[in-house]
Amino acid sequence: MLGESRLILGTGGAESLAALEAAIVASGTDLVTVALRRVDAAGPGLLPMLDRLGLRILPNTAGCYTATDAVKAAHLARDAFETDLVKLEVIGDERTLLPDGVELLRAAETLVADGFRVLPYTSDDPILARRLADVGCAAVMPAGAPIGSGLGISNPHHIRLIRDSVDVPVILDAGIGTASDAALAMELGCDAVLIASAVTRAADPARMAAAMRHAVEAGRLAYGAGRIPRRYHALASTSDEGRPAW
Amino acid sequence: MRVILNGAARDVDVLSVEGLVEQLTSARRGVAVAVNGEVVPRSSWPAARLCDGDRVEVLTAAQGG
Repeated sequence: MLGESRLILGTGGAESLAALEAAIVASGTDLVTVALRRVDAAGPGLLPMLDRLGLRILPNTAGCYTATDAVKAAHLARDAFETDLVKLEVIGDERTLLPDGVELLRAAETLVADGFRVLPYTSDDPILARRLADVGCAAVMPAGAPIGSGLGISNPHHIRLIRDSVDVPVILDAGIGTASDAALAMELGCDAVLIASAVTRAADPARMAAAMRHAVEAGRLAYGAGRIPRRYHALASTSDEGRPAW
Repeated sequence: MRVILNGAARDVDVLSVEGLVEQLTSARRGVAVAVNGEVVPRSSWPAARLCDGDRVEVLTAAQGG
Protein backbone atom coordinates (compact mmCIF):
# COMPACT_ATOMS: atom_id res chain seq x y z
CA MET A 1 0.00 0.00 0.00
CA LEU A 2 2.75 2.47 0.92
CA GLY A 3 4.94 1.78 -2.09
CA GLU A 4 8.64 1.08 -2.08
CA SER A 5 9.60 4.73 -1.64
CA ARG A 6 7.65 5.20 1.62
CA LEU A 7 6.99 8.70 0.36
CA ILE A 8 3.50 9.74 -0.64
CA LEU A 9 3.38 13.02 -2.49
CA GLY A 10 0.49 15.44 -2.23
CA THR A 11 -0.17 17.22 -5.51
CA GLY A 12 -1.65 20.40 -3.97
CA GLY A 13 0.14 23.71 -4.17
CA ALA A 14 2.20 23.21 -7.35
CA GLU A 15 2.55 26.23 -9.64
CA SER A 16 2.16 24.22 -12.83
CA LEU A 17 1.63 20.67 -14.03
CA ALA A 18 5.18 20.64 -15.41
CA ALA A 19 6.65 21.62 -12.03
CA LEU A 20 4.50 18.99 -10.36
CA GLU A 21 5.62 16.30 -12.79
CA ALA A 22 9.29 17.14 -12.23
CA ALA A 23 8.78 16.94 -8.45
CA ILE A 24 6.93 13.63 -8.67
CA VAL A 25 9.68 12.08 -10.78
CA ALA A 26 12.43 13.40 -8.47
CA SER A 27 10.60 12.11 -5.37
CA GLY A 28 10.57 8.52 -6.60
CA THR A 29 7.02 8.08 -5.30
CA ASP A 30 4.42 5.82 -6.86
CA LEU A 31 1.44 7.07 -4.83
CA VAL A 32 0.04 10.61 -5.05
CA THR A 33 -2.98 12.33 -3.59
CA VAL A 34 -5.62 14.11 -5.66
CA ALA A 35 -8.78 16.01 -4.78
CA LEU A 36 -12.19 16.00 -6.48
CA ARG A 37 -13.39 19.38 -7.70
CA ARG A 38 -15.92 20.70 -10.21
CA VAL A 39 -14.79 20.00 -13.80
CA ASP A 40 -14.91 23.66 -14.78
CA ALA A 41 -12.53 24.59 -11.93
CA ALA A 42 -10.22 21.57 -11.95
CA GLY A 43 -8.51 22.17 -15.29
CA PRO A 44 -7.49 19.33 -17.60
CA GLY A 45 -4.33 17.29 -17.73
CA LEU A 46 -3.67 16.18 -14.17
CA LEU A 47 -5.00 12.63 -14.38
CA PRO A 48 -3.52 11.89 -17.84
CA MET A 49 -0.12 13.00 -16.51
CA LEU A 50 -0.40 10.81 -13.40
CA ASP A 51 -1.52 7.87 -15.54
CA ARG A 52 1.37 8.41 -17.96
CA LEU A 53 3.81 8.18 -15.03
CA GLY A 54 2.14 4.94 -13.89
CA LEU A 55 1.23 6.31 -10.46
CA ARG A 56 -1.37 5.03 -8.04
CA ILE A 57 -4.00 7.53 -6.91
CA LEU A 58 -4.90 8.30 -3.32
CA PRO A 59 -8.04 10.47 -3.42
CA ASN A 60 -8.61 12.83 -0.51
CA THR A 61 -11.74 14.29 1.02
CA ALA A 62 -10.22 17.74 1.45
CA GLY A 63 -12.64 20.50 2.30
CA CYS A 64 -15.10 18.29 4.21
CA TYR A 65 -16.17 19.44 7.67
CA THR A 66 -18.66 16.69 8.54
CA ALA A 67 -18.63 12.90 8.46
CA THR A 68 -21.62 12.96 6.08
CA ASP A 69 -19.80 15.14 3.53
CA ALA A 70 -16.57 13.14 3.79
CA VAL A 71 -18.37 9.83 3.26
CA LYS A 72 -20.07 11.26 0.18
CA ALA A 73 -16.76 12.60 -1.17
CA ALA A 74 -15.12 9.20 -0.64
CA HIS A 75 -17.85 7.42 -2.58
CA LEU A 76 -17.56 9.91 -5.45
CA ALA A 77 -13.78 9.44 -5.47
CA ARG A 78 -14.11 5.66 -5.59
CA ASP A 79 -16.42 5.95 -8.57
CA ALA A 80 -14.10 8.40 -10.32
CA PHE A 81 -10.74 6.74 -9.69
CA GLU A 82 -11.68 3.08 -9.28
CA THR A 83 -9.72 2.71 -6.06
CA ASP A 84 -10.90 1.77 -2.59
CA LEU A 85 -8.07 3.82 -1.02
CA VAL A 86 -9.11 7.10 0.53
CA LYS A 87 -7.24 9.74 2.47
CA LEU A 88 -9.99 10.68 4.89
CA GLU A 89 -9.92 14.32 5.95
CA VAL A 90 -12.62 15.78 8.15
CA ILE A 91 -11.48 19.25 9.07
CA GLY A 92 -12.56 20.89 12.30
CA ASP A 93 -11.48 24.46 11.86
CA GLU A 94 -10.50 26.68 8.93
CA ARG A 95 -7.68 28.40 10.75
CA THR A 96 -5.75 25.33 11.90
CA LEU A 97 -7.14 22.78 9.41
CA LEU A 98 -6.74 20.25 12.21
CA PRO A 99 -9.01 17.21 12.12
CA ASP A 100 -12.34 16.94 13.94
CA GLY A 101 -11.74 13.69 15.81
CA VAL A 102 -15.40 12.92 16.51
CA GLU A 103 -16.52 13.34 12.91
CA LEU A 104 -13.36 11.60 11.66
CA LEU A 105 -13.96 8.45 13.70
CA ARG A 106 -17.61 8.36 12.62
CA ALA A 107 -16.70 8.71 8.94
CA ALA A 108 -13.92 6.12 9.22
CA GLU A 109 -16.27 3.56 10.71
CA THR A 110 -18.80 4.07 7.92
CA LEU A 111 -16.23 3.91 5.14
CA VAL A 112 -14.57 0.77 6.52
CA ALA A 113 -18.02 -0.87 6.54
CA ASP A 114 -18.50 0.31 2.93
CA GLY A 115 -15.33 -1.56 1.90
CA PHE A 116 -12.84 1.29 1.73
CA ARG A 117 -9.20 1.12 2.78
CA VAL A 118 -9.29 4.20 4.96
CA LEU A 119 -6.19 6.32 5.63
CA PRO A 120 -7.36 8.97 8.10
CA TYR A 121 -5.60 12.30 8.52
CA THR A 122 -5.66 12.55 12.31
CA SER A 123 -4.14 14.60 15.10
CA ASP A 124 -1.10 13.42 17.06
CA ASP A 125 -3.39 12.04 19.78
CA PRO A 126 -2.34 8.41 20.46
CA ILE A 127 -5.77 7.48 21.83
CA LEU A 128 -7.64 8.71 18.77
CA ALA A 129 -5.12 6.95 16.54
CA ARG A 130 -5.79 3.70 18.39
CA ARG A 131 -9.55 4.17 18.07
CA LEU A 132 -9.15 4.70 14.31
CA ALA A 133 -7.07 1.52 14.03
CA ASP A 134 -9.65 -0.33 16.16
CA VAL A 135 -12.49 0.50 13.75
CA GLY A 136 -10.46 -0.98 10.89
CA CYS A 137 -8.52 1.85 9.27
CA ALA A 138 -5.74 0.57 7.00
CA ALA A 139 -3.25 3.10 8.43
CA VAL A 140 -3.23 6.20 10.59
CA MET A 141 -1.84 9.51 9.42
CA PRO A 142 -1.04 11.83 12.32
CA ALA A 143 -0.22 15.48 11.66
CA GLY A 144 3.24 16.58 12.72
CA ALA A 145 1.92 20.16 12.69
CA PRO A 146 -0.91 21.98 10.87
CA ILE A 147 -1.20 21.50 7.10
CA GLY A 148 1.10 23.80 5.16
CA SER A 149 2.72 25.21 8.31
CA GLY A 150 6.16 23.69 7.73
CA LEU A 151 6.65 23.60 11.49
CA GLY A 152 7.96 20.04 11.52
CA ILE A 153 6.95 17.54 14.19
CA SER A 154 5.57 19.44 17.20
CA ASN A 155 5.32 16.45 19.49
CA PRO A 156 7.76 13.68 18.53
CA HIS A 157 6.94 11.78 21.70
CA HIS A 158 3.29 11.43 20.64
CA ILE A 159 4.29 10.17 17.21
CA ARG A 160 6.38 7.49 18.90
CA LEU A 161 3.49 6.64 21.22
CA ILE A 162 1.22 6.27 18.19
CA ARG A 163 3.76 3.98 16.51
CA ASP A 164 3.78 1.83 19.65
CA SER A 165 -0.01 1.72 20.10
CA VAL A 166 -1.28 0.59 16.67
CA ASP A 167 -0.56 -2.41 14.46
CA VAL A 168 -1.27 -0.59 11.19
CA PRO A 169 1.17 1.60 9.26
CA VAL A 170 1.78 5.10 10.64
CA ILE A 171 2.18 7.80 8.01
CA LEU A 172 3.33 11.23 9.15
CA ASP A 173 1.05 13.63 7.33
CA ALA A 174 1.24 17.42 7.41
CA GLY A 175 3.71 19.80 8.99
CA ILE A 176 6.91 18.70 7.29
CA GLY A 177 8.95 21.73 6.24
CA THR A 178 12.26 20.34 5.11
CA ALA A 179 14.24 17.13 4.71
CA SER A 180 15.31 16.76 8.35
CA ASP A 181 11.64 16.70 9.41
CA ALA A 182 11.00 13.77 7.08
CA ALA A 183 14.08 11.96 8.35
CA LEU A 184 12.94 12.49 11.96
CA ALA A 185 9.51 11.06 11.17
CA MET A 186 11.13 7.91 9.85
CA GLU A 187 13.57 7.72 12.79
CA LEU A 188 10.56 7.85 15.13
CA GLY A 189 9.32 4.69 13.45
CA CYS A 190 6.81 6.03 10.95
CA ASP A 191 6.28 3.71 8.01
CA ALA A 192 5.98 6.52 5.50
CA VAL A 193 5.49 10.26 5.16
CA LEU A 194 2.98 12.25 3.13
CA ILE A 195 4.39 15.53 1.87
CA ALA A 196 2.72 18.20 -0.22
CA SER A 197 3.45 21.88 0.50
CA ALA A 198 7.06 21.34 1.61
CA VAL A 199 7.80 20.11 -1.91
CA THR A 200 5.30 21.87 -4.15
CA ARG A 201 5.81 25.29 -2.55
CA ALA A 202 9.61 25.05 -2.23
CA ALA A 203 11.58 27.46 -4.41
CA ASP A 204 12.84 24.43 -6.37
CA PRO A 205 10.22 21.68 -5.95
CA ALA A 206 12.11 19.00 -7.87
CA ARG A 207 15.26 19.54 -5.81
CA MET A 208 13.29 19.45 -2.56
CA ALA A 209 11.52 16.29 -3.74
CA ALA A 210 14.91 14.63 -4.25
CA ALA A 211 15.98 15.81 -0.79
CA MET A 212 12.83 14.26 0.72
CA ARG A 213 13.45 10.97 -1.08
CA HIS A 214 16.95 10.77 0.42
CA ALA A 215 15.71 11.90 3.84
CA VAL A 216 13.04 9.22 3.99
CA GLU A 217 15.52 6.57 2.95
CA ALA A 218 18.14 7.79 5.45
CA GLY A 219 15.62 8.03 8.29
CA ARG A 220 14.29 4.56 7.62
CA LEU A 221 17.81 3.09 7.52
CA ALA A 222 18.72 4.86 10.76
CA TYR A 223 15.55 3.59 12.45
CA GLY A 224 16.42 0.03 11.53
CA ALA A 225 20.10 0.44 12.38
CA GLY A 226 19.46 1.04 16.08
CA ARG A 227 20.82 4.37 17.25
CA ILE A 228 23.19 4.67 20.20
CA PRO A 229 21.67 5.69 23.52
CA ARG A 230 21.89 9.35 24.54
CA ARG A 231 24.46 9.88 27.32
CA TYR A 232 24.97 12.70 29.80
CA HIS A 233 28.75 12.56 29.59
CA ALA A 234 31.19 11.72 26.84
CA LEU A 235 32.31 8.23 25.95
CA ALA A 236 35.70 8.15 24.25
CA SER A 237 35.74 6.49 20.88
CA THR A 238 39.52 5.94 21.07
CA SER A 239 40.79 3.35 23.51
CA ASP A 240 43.22 4.30 26.29
CA GLU A 241 44.92 0.94 25.88
CA GLY A 242 48.46 1.31 24.50
CA ARG A 243 48.49 5.07 24.97
CA PRO A 244 52.13 6.27 25.06
CA ALA A 245 53.55 8.09 28.08
CA TRP A 246 55.22 11.36 27.01
CA MET B 1 -35.16 21.99 -18.77
CA ARG B 2 -33.13 23.97 -16.29
CA VAL B 3 -30.72 22.33 -13.82
CA ILE B 4 -28.21 23.71 -11.34
CA LEU B 5 -24.95 22.48 -12.81
CA ASN B 6 -21.87 22.89 -10.58
CA GLY B 7 -23.57 25.72 -8.75
CA ALA B 8 -24.91 27.69 -11.75
CA ALA B 9 -28.31 27.54 -13.44
CA ARG B 10 -28.09 26.05 -16.91
CA ASP B 11 -30.62 25.18 -19.62
CA VAL B 12 -29.93 21.71 -20.98
CA ASP B 13 -31.44 19.77 -23.85
CA VAL B 14 -30.20 16.34 -22.77
CA LEU B 15 -32.24 13.93 -20.71
CA SER B 16 -29.64 11.73 -19.03
CA VAL B 17 -26.66 12.24 -16.75
CA GLU B 18 -24.56 10.57 -19.46
CA GLY B 19 -25.61 13.20 -21.98
CA LEU B 20 -24.81 16.03 -19.62
CA VAL B 21 -21.35 14.68 -18.79
CA GLU B 22 -20.60 14.32 -22.51
CA GLN B 23 -21.27 18.03 -22.99
CA LEU B 24 -18.77 18.93 -20.28
CA THR B 25 -15.84 16.60 -20.79
CA SER B 26 -14.67 13.85 -23.09
CA ALA B 27 -12.90 12.16 -20.17
CA ARG B 28 -14.55 9.23 -18.45
CA ARG B 29 -11.92 8.04 -16.01
CA GLY B 30 -11.62 10.42 -13.11
CA VAL B 31 -15.14 11.83 -13.43
CA ALA B 32 -17.84 11.48 -10.76
CA VAL B 33 -21.40 12.76 -10.58
CA ALA B 34 -23.79 13.58 -7.75
CA VAL B 35 -27.42 14.58 -8.31
CA ASN B 36 -29.26 16.28 -5.45
CA GLY B 37 -26.48 15.21 -3.11
CA GLU B 38 -26.57 11.53 -4.04
CA VAL B 39 -23.76 9.73 -5.88
CA VAL B 40 -24.77 8.49 -9.33
CA PRO B 41 -22.38 5.63 -10.16
CA ARG B 42 -20.94 5.68 -13.66
CA SER B 43 -22.77 2.49 -14.63
CA SER B 44 -26.06 4.32 -13.98
CA TRP B 45 -25.32 7.46 -16.03
CA PRO B 46 -27.13 6.35 -19.23
CA ALA B 47 -30.28 5.42 -17.34
CA ALA B 48 -30.26 8.31 -14.85
CA ARG B 49 -32.91 10.83 -15.99
CA LEU B 50 -32.51 14.50 -15.21
CA CYS B 51 -35.42 16.49 -13.85
CA ASP B 52 -36.12 20.21 -13.88
CA GLY B 53 -34.39 21.84 -10.92
CA ASP B 54 -31.94 19.00 -10.25
CA ARG B 55 -28.71 20.03 -8.57
CA VAL B 56 -25.93 18.29 -10.48
CA GLU B 57 -22.27 18.17 -9.52
CA VAL B 58 -19.81 16.89 -12.13
CA LEU B 59 -16.39 16.46 -10.55
CA THR B 60 -12.92 15.43 -11.60
CA ALA B 61 -9.34 15.19 -10.37
CA ALA B 62 -7.72 18.38 -9.15
CA GLN B 63 -4.41 19.01 -7.43
CA GLY B 64 -4.75 18.48 -3.71
CA GLY B 65 -2.70 17.23 -0.81
